[in-house]
Amino acid sequence: MNIMQLFRSRKAEGSAAIAKERLRIIVAHERGSRNGRDFLPAMERDILKVVQKYIAVQQECIDIKLDAQDGCSILEVNVQLPD
Amino acid sequence: MARIIVVTSGKGGVGKTTTSASIATGLALKGHKTVVIDFDVGLRNLDLLMGCERRVVYDFVNVINAEAELHQALIRDKRTENLAILPASQTRDKEALTLEGVEKVLNQLSKDFDFIVCDSPAGIEHGAMMALYFADEAIITTNPEVSSVRDSDRILGILQSRSRRAVENLEPVKEHLLLTRYNPDRVLRGEMLDIQDVEEILAIPLLGVIPESTAVLKASNQGVPVVCNNDSDAGQAYSDVVARFLGEEVPHRFLEPPKKGFLQRMFGGIG
Ligand SMILES: Nc1ncnc2c1ncn2[C@@H]1O[C@H](COP(=O)(O)OP(=O)(O)OP(=O)(O)O)[C@@H](O)[C@H]1O
Ligand SMILES: [Mg+2]
Repeated sequence: MNIMQLFRSRKAEGSAAIAKERLRIIVAHERGSRNGRDFLPAMERDILKVVQKYIAVQQECIDIKLDAQDGCSILEVNVQLPD
Repeated sequence: MARIIVVTSGKGGVGKTTTSASIATGLALKGHKTVVIDFDVGLRNLDLLMGCERRVVYDFVNVINAEAELHQALIRDKRTENLAILPASQTRDKEALTLEGVEKVLNQLSKDFDFIVCDSPAGIEHGAMMALYFADEAIITTNPEVSSVRDSDRILGILQSRSRRAVENLEPVKEHLLLTRYNPDRVLRGEMLDIQDVEEILAIPLLGVIPESTAVLKASNQGVPVVCNNDSDAGQAYSDVVARFLGEEVPHRFLEPPKKGFLQRMFGGIG
């Protein structure tokens, strides 16, 4: 292992890695809404309404995320059901 | 017909004016007739960095409002042949710029110059829109830092949807990434986004990397664009950027910490 690698290996622990991950997500999200996909908040409300028709869940129990990776968009809907 | 280049960023204080001054000067030094325009109406600074603040008589807004002729407002650079500066107004606000007014001035300048460099104000509002609307090329000035990268991405979105080239369905504005205030030491320690990180997120071609440098403050103190300081790292990096912009193949420099202090860092820098 050369000295450069020694330094590089410490890199993953630095805050720059966190910065990159956060940026990747927020930029993908904002690009999504730029490309006419700013229907997300409205869709989130609609999905919540449908779910609430059958189950009593709170607004906070639903989490919708649009992520883009390797040219593929992933829509993730998480509903935390009450016990 | 001149090429219109906007130096823009969204975020403030990332080095747009420093970059505009050095790129305009660099283009002129290479023999191209160049004019640099300060679009930061109300907060003019370009005149200071170019060292011509005491020669401002008329400004951009005066020309737009037909209170002065263009040739009366243009300041010929004392150091560099082929270079002129069009200062911003200090007493007006950014709304004083109109698309029609800006277009008229750009068309007029286009007859006499090869390059028109537009130094954008910060933000994504009126002033920034005026600076980018007519651009053929954009130099996206970005610091390796989260809010700057995010703002750069927003500016890219605006260039791609609301610039003249986008609105009129012409060939898109040519985008260049310029990473400034890069600190290789901090990148090595994992404290700062590295070049690949920013390139990956913004996905536009890299024009150059300007290191964080004490020479920049010294240059602005003296009113001499840092590109004129051939002994400095930032000056050389800006010269490389200009050459690359003109199509020359120049390797990137100053991406690693200076070699001299390496052992020092090894023993003194851990932890
Ligand atoms: N490579 C660099 N190294 C060190 N300091 C720098 C560098 N580039 C710019 N600076 C400093 O950062 C500050 C802001 O620079 P500058 O005025 O060029 O930014 P700006 O983007 O035009 O700001 P604004 O958004 O207010 O117009 C200045 O103090 C300048 O000296
Ligand atoms: Mg500025």
